[in-house]
Amino acid sequence: MSAVIDSHHDDHHHGPAKGFSRWLYTTNHKDIGSMYLWFSLVMLFIGGAMAMVIRAELFEPGSQIVSPEFYNQMVTNHGLIMVFGVIMPAFVGFANWMIPMQIGAPDMALPRLNNLSFWILPVAFGILLSTFFMEGGAPNFGWTFYAPLSTEYAPPTVTFFIFSVHIMGASSIMGSINIITTILNMRAPGMTLMKMPLFVWSWFITAYLLIAVMPVLAGAVTMMLMDIHAGTSFFKAGGGGDPVLFQHIFWFFGHPEVYIMILPAFGIVSHIIETFSRKPIFGYSSMVYAIASIALLSFVVWAHHMFTVGMPIAGELFFMYSTMLIAIPTGVKVFNWLSTMFKGSLTFETPMLFAIAFVALFTIGGLSGIMLAIAPADFQYHDTYFVVAHFHYVLVPGALFSLLAAAYYWIPKWTGKMYDETLGKVHFWMSFISVNLTFFPMHFVGLAGMPRRIPDYAMQFADWNMMVSVGAFLFGISQLLFLFIVLKCIYNGKEATTEVWEGAKDRGFEWTVDSPAPYHTFSSPPSMESLKSSS
Amino acid sequence: MEARKSTLKLILFTFGMFGFGFALVPLYDVFCDITGLNGKVTGPTITTYDQEISSREVKITFVTSNNKQMPWSFKSSSPQMKVETGQDYLMDFTFTNTTDKPMIAQAVPSVSPGRGARYFHKTECFCFEQQFLAAGESITIPVKFIIDPELPADISSLALGYTLFDVTEEFANLQAKN
Repeated sequence: MSAVIDSHHDDHHHGPAKGFSRWLYTTNHKDIGSMYLWFSLVMLFIGGAMAMVIRAELFEPGSQIVSPEFYNQMVTNHGLIMVFGVIMPAFVGFANWMIPMQIGAPDMALPRLNNLSFWILPVAFGILLSTFFMEGGAPNFGWTFYAPLSTEYAPPTVTFFIFSVHIMGASSIMGSINIITTILNMRAPGMTLMKMPLFVWSWFITAYLLIAVMPVLAGAVTMMLMDIHAGTSFFKAGGGGDPVLFQHIFWFFGHPEVYIMILPAFGIVSHIIETFSRKPIFGYSSMVYAIASIALLSFVVWAHHMFTVGMPIAGELFFMYSTMLIAIPTGVKVFNWLSTMFKGSLTFETPMLFAIAFVALFTIGGLSGIMLAIAPADFQYHDTYFVVAHFHYVLVPGALFSLLAAAYYWIPKWTGKMYDETLGKVHFWMSFISVNLTFFPMHFVGLAGMPRRIPDYAMQFADWNMMVSVGAFLFGISQLLFLFIVLKCIYNGKEATTEVWEGAKDRGFEWTVDSPAPYHTFSSPPSMESLKSSS
Repeated sequence: MEARKSTLKLILFTFGMFGFGFALVPLYDVFCDITGLNGKVTGPTITTYDQEISSREVKITFVTSNNKQMPWSFKSSSPQMKVETGQDYLMDFTFTNTTDKPMIAQAVPSVSPGRGARYFHKTECFCFEQQFLAAGESITIPVKFIIDPELPADISSLALGYTLFDVTEEFANLQAKN
């Protein structure tokens, strides 16, 4: 971390304090961004270890290593940690680091709130993980925590789970308010909304999604809390409530939530593809409108997660068609990326490899999504490994690959050092092969009827599952290599230039400051004229 | 202080969405009421039908089940009956508290297929209130119902299901007050 300390700062720029209090009291967007990123990397290994337990149990049919009860806890916490502890904080980390630098602002608009929104996160996950050591064990009702499984039938630790979800939600909401306020008020003169970098645009829309749906999630867990402790009957049929209501409220949050985890990835991938194609992005404004329409559509498709709950035919049709509509703006984005690469002077550094893999593999996840959107077909796919394959394709080679790509892309700017390109490529190919080995066969066993969230399976699924487990172990090891590459870059990397990537200087303010980026940047706003491709 | 203004607006919006989450609860009920989705049946209705409307025969199946570890015995006097639309019918249901403690129960109805729910009118039903039974006590209560002659032609049979919930804890206070 010492690499981000500005060693030759001016006198009027006071540098960071030393020791732990620097991190505890910091209001610097770069420090906070780094903390978010390290936090999510740590959580990636914790959530990843849980995935390894799951795959070890499923390596062979029959009960192998853990009890079914513990398996349920693994499945639940793997999901919760990866969604709320890895993907979301990592994107917030990138937002903290890059949004002020990309819009030419000295810091975030609300720096103290920024500090608070980070520091309550370790508290939230400390509470969640502490439930493993309590009587009754950790939450075991799946990351979607459907009532009454999560209310009447839940372990007593569910109250801790609810409290921790409240804190995670508060953190996201504060972070989002900060991001929107920063983007609205602190852009460099001349940077109109339609001249903002796409990563800023994608986060601008994501932040609105977050403040629209995180409070609804907070409402849902509050209702659970009241059902459990205050004798209300929101989800208890016996008292006049309805368990299906829980699913509606949850997915009203849940579907925008899955776009919260992918929209910033669209922004990141757009930047990387234009840099390594040495061309401005194709169809900038259509990209913006596509992100906005995906975000708006996300509010009217939620019930496609619950086609089998017993909806009338009109409901099934509405949610089926509205879901399929999302393929249109998404297709616009994919073809824009392809058109950007078309006739570009392509080079294939590690960030570009991850970005191209993102485009290809995210599209596979999108296509299986369209298959799932077909209501009558979904009755077959529902709750099978096909669904697991689908959302892992959009979240692992989708969201996670974009995060890895972004880390390789911007780490020279953060640390002032280049990562090891050879090792980066090894990391990419190991990840690429193992991610497909892990998740592609899940489509086959899912279509053949293997149910999800069950610690055992029928004999005919054994071969594919063993292959999946081998892929998963390999993918886990590949990410340890990533940690090594990051550490090697920080402590032993070659000096990076200011521009880092050829021609990047013309594409964004972040490439005009020194490498490593000084502790304070853009105390006076930069001029839009310094960017050639700002049209 | 533009930043302060946008921050305040965003905070307000956040609280608004928190409220909206709770507003979804009544909205959901109203929506189900209007559309008759979800097999939800409405409260008591008093309806009589003109005898001249041509009636037809519909098969009604009665399903009773207990939620969780609810120990009571709960049965209808007959598993199914054939009825004419537009006419009043009665079906007896017997509740027995098989435990050695007084308990309060609530039966929650559901009609299947869900589309038929709004044509299933109950004029009298124990499901509108809680049942209090002393240890070992038994009670038989009828459900009075009419099937709406407007019932879509493709529905030739309906199932009325009741799930019995133990609500002793929830209604213990009420009982004490009475």
